[in-house]
Amino acid sequence: MNHSHSMTHGGNARPHVLPDGLFVGIWVGLLLLTAATVSASVFFPGKIGILVAVLVTPAKAALILMYFMHLKYEKPAFVAMFLVAVGILAIFMGLTFFDYLHR
Amino acid sequence: MSADHAHALEAGRGNDLPVHRDDEGSKTGMWLFLFTELLLFGGLFLIYAVYRSMDGAAFHHAAEELNRTLGVTNTVVLLTSSLTMVLSVSALQRGNRSRSLAMLTATFLLSCCFLVIKYFEWSAKYHHGIFPGTEHIHALPAGEGLFFSLYFMMTGLHGIHVVIGMIAMAIVFAKVRSGSINQDRHGALEYVGLYWHLVDLIWVFLLPLFYLTN
Repeated sequence: MNHSHSMTHGGNARPHVLPDGLFVGIWVGLLLLTAATVSASVFFPGKIGILVAVLVTPAKAALILMYFMHLKYEKPAFVAMFLVAVGILAIFMGLTFFDYLHR
Repeated sequence: MSADHAHALEAGRGNDLPVHRDDEGSKTGMWLFLFTELLLFGGLFLIYAVYRSMDGAAFHHAAEELNRTLGVTNTVVLLTSSLTMVLSVSALQRGNRSRSLAMLTATFLLSCCFLVIKYFEWSAKYHHGIFPGTEHIHALPAGEGLFFSLYFMMTGLHGIHVVIGMIAMAIVFAKVRSGSINQDRHGALEYVGLYWHLVDLIWVFLLPLFYLTN
């Protein structure tokens, strides 16, 4: 993969452009993961279907975030910001559930 | 990209004054906005999770009313539109403007396709009396009524985001064509792309919650 950072006269660095084949590969992966979730819910409704969805859906989200949204290639500060936002959401959800389940 | 590049000065157009430009700052701002979107939808996901944990049977029963085929088809449509969006951005970054415009057009058409499918799906529900405020929905057990209310609220809010995304695409399309968004200044196209991927990301979570629950 070519990750060279070529500079231009424009001033701001021109970002490295990932090859189109990589994006197509990610898209195929996302479709396969979708197929896995759907077929699990059709053929194994109930616990297994839910378990597959719980495991596969975050994996799909990670592919979109890392490659389509470029997060894998951003500075660590962007990843840190993202994790803080998700962490806040997790605290919200965790505390609310704790409240509801112990009433 | 180093800090001095990010804060680089660019020659002004039409005069000798340098114009300040900070791509990394713009991108940071876009991500901060996306986090607020995450928390907005997060609140709705939380309501869904709490009520499903309290009355799971009703959620499962109500979910059988939804059309799995349409939900999965729309997932494929949105995932594909995310691909064409990212290809539009990388085409412009390589300086291929016509390919970028073609890919952006494809993304726009796919989002139209998504909304058309959504329209047929909602119409079918409406004809069966399943719509917020109908007598039928009030007569349902509380858990099932809640499921449908959340279904309309969350897919509806998501649909509004799709429409906003399409408006943003139309604006950047005009600017890429006029040349004000170009290989050296592609930020705006990239940020519309980020927004579009977030819309896709939210749908990835909506699919198992509503269409794959029975």
